[in-house]
Amino acid sequence: MLTEIANPKIRIEHVSYAYDGEMVLRDVTLDVPANAVTAFFGPAGGGKTTLLRLINRLNDLVDGTQMTGRISLDGQDVYALGVNIPQLRRRVGMVFALPLPLPGTIRENVLYGPRLAGERDRSRLEEIVVRSLRQAALWDEVRDRLDGPASALSGGQQQRLCIARSLALEPEVLLLDEPTSGLDPISTGKVEESLLELKQHYTIIIVPHSVQQAARVADHAAFILMGDLIEYQPGKKIFTTPRDKRTEDYVTGRFG
Amino acid sequence: MRKGSMSGWGEFVVETLVRVAGFSAIGFVLLIFLFLLREGVPAFFEVVPGNLFGTRWYPTFDLFGTLPLVLGSLLITITAIVIALPLGVATAVFVREVAPNWAREILKPMIEVLAGIPSVVLGFFGMTLVAPFVRQVFGAPTGLTAFTGALILAYMALPTLISVAEDALDAVPRSYRDAALAMGATQWQTIWRVVVPAARSGIVTAVLLGMGRAIGETMAVMMVTGNAARMPLTLDSLFRPIRTMTATIAAEMGEVAQGSTHYHALFGIGIILFVLTFVINLTAASALFQKRRRGGLR
Repeated sequence: MLTEIANPKIRIEHVSYAYDGEMVLRDVTLDVPANAVTAFFGPAGGGKTTLLRLINRLNDLVDGTQMTGRISLDGQDVYALGVNIPQLRRRVGMVFALPLPLPGTIRENVLYGPRLAGERDRSRLEEIVVRSLRQAALWDEVRDRLDGPASALSGGQQQRLCIARSLALEPEVLLLDEPTSGLDPISTGKVEESLLELKQHYTIIIVPHSVQQAARVADHAAFILMGDLIEYQPGKKIFTTPRDKRTEDYVTGRFG
Repeated sequence: MRKGSMSGWGEFVVETLVRVAGFSAIGFVLLIFLFLLREGVPAFFEVVPGNLFGTRWYPTFDLFGTLPLVLGSLLITITAIVIALPLGVATAVFVREVAPNWAREILKPMIEVLAGIPSVVLGFFGMTLVAPFVRQVFGAPTGLTAFTGALILAYMALPTLISVAEDALDAVPRSYRDAALAMGATQWQTIWRVVVPAARSGIVTAVLLGMGRAIGETMAVMMVTGNAARMPLTLDSLFRPIRTMTATIAAEMGEVAQGSTHYHALFGIGIILFVLTFVINLTAASALFQKRRRGGLR
């Protein structure tokens, strides 16, 4: 099993996580390479989302949890004492399963993060709007109504707006938690297309909403089952020649 | 077969009881309203409008100007809300968003206990402690002022305001907080720029309900506001005695001749008060309704 990559962007070492005494993740170890799409896939409730949320410390505010192990970004322990958490979250952006535009216009949504970070320069903000929306493949559809309400966009557009909102902070890593679960096939296609663009500049981890999607977009994929990392292989071999029987069963659709 | 008819009977009896109980609640409210109208409406005929909406309330001289009373009520209610709003929202934010679990478990019942303090006790507290304080600190000629009343009313409106505002904050989905945090917002930025704005309509409702409670309050207000029916038009009015609609009714109803113009005028004030609270509650209800129709904030 491949777990070590030279110069990984993110290194997850022996991470176990319990919620109310119940193990959600058990001794997960894997390296995430830079400038590639890595997929965590497996049946629902297996701990994939939890693993994502541990990387940007979004689970910090959840009560009654316990974590052991180490997660590092560029070799730096993200759980070390004195880590600036907002700063970490600006470096590690996240897009959620449900598109959730905040109240306000399209422009305001994109600029939420930069404004929270204290960016005030008008021309700089304008530049961020254009760049982020272009990267999220939404610019052509909304360029004429940037000051219209974000809630008026279609579901697929809202999700790409959420991606743009994350990109506005120029993160190094983008965590995508089932970003297309609520979208139609055409919108899904657009989001997946934009991922291929984005991986040139970002390290992307995606929890796909199906094995098929994992096979389409992933450069590397890890199969997570009930809190255990079963198999992790570079490239798409995991989908064609899985080494573990359980992976094979899942990939070929025999369970899950 | 027999058993079936028995349960049919039981069903009928229970259904009738529930129906009677439900309709009688509506019926009593209507009756009260009709009584209020019957006793109060004559005032609007017996007293010429120029007098009724004039600036002087001296029933002994047949001067029934309700304006100082209406303005008095509005002045202390609005001042009370201006004081209670920031305090209440801050408390709600603290209880819901900041306080650790154990502190929340203690604070919530304590806030509810506040709502149960009899208003006469608060009035007593206001007379003996708050009034001297206001006289000394603000240099007012007497401690029994509109501001003293507003402070007591603010205190009385707080429990309602806090509970409703807290519910509104609680209804903001976790995904909103997650989205803000994931963008690198600090806990404070998340609260003030995302959670509180998202709960805005609920907080407006909380304020209106608090206002409804404040404007109808009688006992505490009567004890601490000095009860001088003067027009609160100057800047220092806040630190001068004032008289509210409620206090006027309570103070004068006992010694008025039934059926006299004065008697009808007091009920007339009751109608004005009823209309004001009705408008406030209606605004609160429509704010709630609008929120529900927009599906909240998901």
